[in-house]
Amino acid sequence: MPRTLQALLPVLAALLSIVVAPAMAQDAALLASGEYLARAGDCIACHTAREGKTFAGGLPMKTPFGTIYTSNITPDPQTGIGMWTSDQFYQLMHNGRFPDGGLVYPAMPFGSYTKVTRADSDAIYAYLRSIPPVRQLNRPHDLKFPFNNRSLIIGWRTLFFNAGEFKPDPAKSADWNRGAYLVEGLGHCGMCHTAINALGGSSESQAFEGGLIPMQNWYAPSLTSNKEAGLGEWSIEEITDYLRKGVSNRGAVYGPMAEVVYNSLQYLNDDDTRAMAIYLKGLTQGTSPEKPAAPLPFAESSLLLSLGKQIYDRECASCHGAVGLGMPPHYPPLAGNQSIQMVSAVNAIRMVLNGGYPPGTAGNPMPYGMPPFAHRLSDDEVAAVVTYIRTSWGNRGEAVSARQANELRAATLN
Amino acid sequence: MAARVLACASCHGAEGEGTSDVYFPRLAGKPAGYLYNQLVAFRDGRRKYPPMNYLLDFLPDAYLKQIAEHFASLRPPFPPPAVPTVSNETLARGEAIATQGDPQRGIPPCASCHGSSFGGMEPAIPGLLGLRASYISAQLGGWRYGTRTAIAPDCMQIVASLLTEDDVKAVAAFLSSRPAPADPSFARRGSLPMPLACGSEPN
Repeated sequence: MPRTLQALLPVLAALLSIVVAPAMAQDAALLASGEYLARAGDCIACHTAREGKTFAGGLPMKTPFGTIYTSNITPDPQTGIGMWTSDQFYQLMHNGRFPDGGLVYPAMPFGSYTKVTRADSDAIYAYLRSIPPVRQLNRPHDLKFPFNNRSLIIGWRTLFFNAGEFKPDPAKSADWNRGAYLVEGLGHCGMCHTAINALGGSSESQAFEGGLIPMQNWYAPSLTSNKEAGLGEWSIEEITDYLRKGVSNRGAVYGPMAEVVYNSLQYLNDDDTRAMAIYLKGLTQGTSPEKPAAPLPFAESSLLLSLGKQIYDRECASCHGAVGLGMPPHYPPLAGNQSIQMVSAVNAIRMVLNGGYPPGTAGNPMPYGMPPFAHRLSDDEVAAVVTYIRTSWGNRGEAVSARQANELRAATLN
Repeated sequence: MAARVLACASCHGAEGEGTSDVYFPRLAGKPAGYLYNQLVAFRDGRRKYPPMNYLLDFLPDAYLKQIAEHFASLRPPFPPPAVPTVSNETLARGEAIATQGDPQRGIPPCASCHGSSFGGMEPAIPGLLGLRASYISAQLGGWRYGTRTAIAPDCMQIVASLLTEDDVKAVAAFLSSRPAPADPSFARRGSLPMPLACGSEPN
């Protein structure tokens, strides 16, 4: 090697590093952004099986139409998405179509992800290409006739799917728009918090009005009604605590929402959590979808109440207080707790039967747990104590029957 | 910590001493490594019991470790030993399996890994006393039918598959009839030569 060139090498190297370093920094920033957005989209919750390799898919998802197995989204070229281009990835997120044009089952929330911007889709794509590839063949879905016919998705799409990126509302604040983008898009909150009809679709006109989650037997409360999970009366701090820590002075997350906080929401930054809180709080100015339930005859409900109080004083009052004030955030208040008074009593009954832990999060790493009572209380006793907490201390819920309690004993726990 | 794990108390007792329900085991004083392995196995679905799988679903490793250490540190009194409801012959058969095994059928004695006083060994082999016969036989059944599994090599699955129904009944009756140990502590790590490789208790 000529001496002059040798002498120049360090200079060349320095020059190179000037050129390369920003590119690498840019890559690192893109990957970090993609990883963050993948958290916001909660990709991991469905695309990772229990004890399975991260993002390698294979998780069975039970639907009323059969079992769907989630796909491998690692960059393995044969079994994952290693051969996909960023255009093809965007096509799936935005349009619900595979690279070959095939239709994606709407268990993948492309109805929400369609709102994700191209730049964010590209960042997630870049991140998913950077994770370790896993060779694991996708397992075929196990869907019942006629739902195993993919062309049915065409009908579903006609009824329920509108492609289109999020359009900011110039009349609203930047925070509101950011929150709306996250809640309606990557957060895909509407997948549970909008009622699913018999066709497996959800109607935009009923967005965020709540509904029973099929197969899981948990009720996803309305986000638009202050009588349910509407957050109109919550402070921004209470909402952000709830979303990020999983506990707040108003109540704790449980059931499927615990999964969302554990895998997704706890990782969002202060600004985004706050933006979501602002948007969610604003949602409650809409309609109230109240549907009256048939009340129990008075004689039956008054009997339930006196038994309910006895059980409450014996089993519940030590944590939730004699008059239901709790000791927030770890022992949630029951008086004034919207989640207990909703028309659907499913969640309150299930909490009494199964108990539960809020998720362990960075903000609440050692949560307090509620004991299960399924093995200690009879159906009558469960109905009595749930009726008591739904109707005492100013709570305005309706009585529940032993039959309702009995039906939920068989609810799937996982 | 006791307040944080009140959710466990309604089945396992406030100090992990067990309750009157014969299928819910004593947790207190079992080695922390054993309890931790079980908590992780329930959370991840490797060990199947829906109420436990559900409760632990979203708890991180670090917290499960603290819960395990909490119950491992407790020493509530043992329950009175069960009065055997089986024949003396069956009880003797149980004692023979527990203390000597059945070499002809390749069954190692329980004592070889769980200790001669059945107190368990650190870090992850549980004590076998203070448990009811129904629980012990349900666990051995669980291994045989795959609802209870441990990290491979799953030594207990091998042992359980060698036992007949009568063996299980005999061993469960014998162990549950043993009085509380004088010294409720476990053997030191590696102090017992184990006859089988065990994924939960790496040597």
